[in-house]
Amino acid sequence: MSHSINLTVNGTRRDVTLEDARVTLLDLLRERLALPGTKKGCDRGQCGACTVLVDGRRINACLALAVTLDGAEVTTIEGLAKGDHLHPVQAAFVDHDGFQCGYCTPGQIMSAVGLIAEGQAGIDPERIREGMSGNLCRCAAYHGITEAVLDASRRMAEEEVRVSA
Amino acid sequence: MKPFDYLRPASVEEAIAVWTPDAAYLGGGTNLVDLMKTGALHPGKLIDLNRLLGLDLIEMLADGSTRIGAMVRNADLAHDAGFAATFPMIAEALLSGASGQLRNVATVGGNLMQRSRCAYFQDPYSACNRRTPGVGCDAKEGDNRSHAILGFSDACIATNPSDFCVSLAALDAVVEVHGPRGRRDIPYADLHRLPGQTPEKETALEAGDLVLAIRLPSDAAAFRLNARYLKVRERTSFAFALVSAAAALRLEGGKIAAARLALGAVAAKPWRVPAAEAMLVGQSPGPALFARAAAMASAGAAPSGDNLYKIELARRTAARALSMAAAGTPTRMPALPASPFGEPAHV
Repeated sequence: MSHSINLTVNGTRRDVTLEDARVTLLDLLRERLALPGTKKGCDRGQCGACTVLVDGRRINACLALAVTLDGAEVTTIEGLAKGDHLHPVQAAFVDHDGFQCGYCTPGQIMSAVGLIAEGQAGIDPERIREGMSGNLCRCAAYHGITEAVLDASRRMAEEEVRVSA
Repeated sequence: MKPFDYLRPASVEEAIAVWTPDAAYLGGGTNLVDLMKTGALHPGKLIDLNRLLGLDLIEMLADGSTRIGAMVRNADLAHDAGFAATFPMIAEALLSGASGQLRNVATVGGNLMQRSRCAYFQDPYSACNRRTPGVGCDAKEGDNRSHAILGFSDACIATNPSDFCVSLAALDAVVEVHGPRGRRDIPYADLHRLPGQTPEKETALEAGDLVLAIRLPSDAAAFRLNARYLKVRERTSFAFALVSAAAALRLEGGKIAAARLALGAVAAKPWRVPAAEAMLVGQSPGPALFARAAAMASAGAAPSGDNLYKIELARRTAARALSMAAAGTPTRMPALPASPFGEPAHV
């Protein structure tokens, strides 16, 4: 039985027919929608490499069946920058060397964007480390990752104050 | 993953009507989809509950009880300010489990129904009586250092992995289910079963039953000033418990007026010993008293494999959780929820 769904992916509406309900959001993005920025690591929700935002919340795309997401708004790493203007979290990862090989980086960045939006961690390094524990980095760039998320959190909070003032 | 039919019912009644013995209800899918990928589970039909209306509410009822809809996401419950202020121990337990991504998706109903994390249950090529009755148990001669020390049997030595359930058990939650024969309430203590010779019968739910909500009785809120969840694990975040404890006290004039204590990751269900709670009542809180209560709470513990260490760990975890509860619920959720690190040494 095939299933037709529509998703808004990085601001663009995509109508998709799924021949098989087994397709995960991760495989749909990578194999069907030509968005390979979202990475497949463990494929079991343990490593966080596949983290994307669905309706503004960070999730593991490997454990989400695409068929369940009809009507959802999905943001992937490809949708963060505005042209050549990097998202503050992307810029902070560059500034603070928040990566080595880079494989986990899209997931780290999407998770950090989600974490900052959740508003629970603030600029407390311990809360940021705890909040980022669903993203593994086998190169162990954790120090730079924490610094990047801290810096981006500060910059985004300042920007919010500036805009609302 | 084996192929399956996907159904999206419009109502609870329709969801139950389309249920068949090879079907599985789909909540957040963080456990079910994972186990379908390993091949441990292979339902022929998924019944998606995500579009059902009214199952995602957190409500205060007229009788003072609190009702949590089965499709409330773990993160939403833990971060609901009113709920977390009233039930800080439950919020702490929720936030000590899984990762931010998983908590955004996993549902409270799914948490009750999550399956064992025993590696031999998850691996379809291993023998597991819980997955396939009568085939044997590879865990007994395998890697079993995190397995049960209480309530296990020759047939199964797995533990229940939930943190949330330990806090619910301690507070006498009630589970509302709807099945082919209508609605009924299951007291939390009766929800999960010990394995005996039928480990495949994991819960009191019957064929087609759907969890609708969890209710916390009005007296559960009385513990909010002195309630903690403590989780000992191999790393401080995103790891299952080796042992955990939910401890809640009601103090009056320096004496314990009521006490709750449940142990996690020691058995196939959260472990509560009423006598251990009763002996605390009327006493002044203190380390010696808590050590005695902890010994009673873990009485009868025995190794099921390479896990002798868990017996002493369970005693110490229970005693420390009681001390942490006596010291008072923190005004803000700790940066590392349920962690022994960053806490003052109470003993």
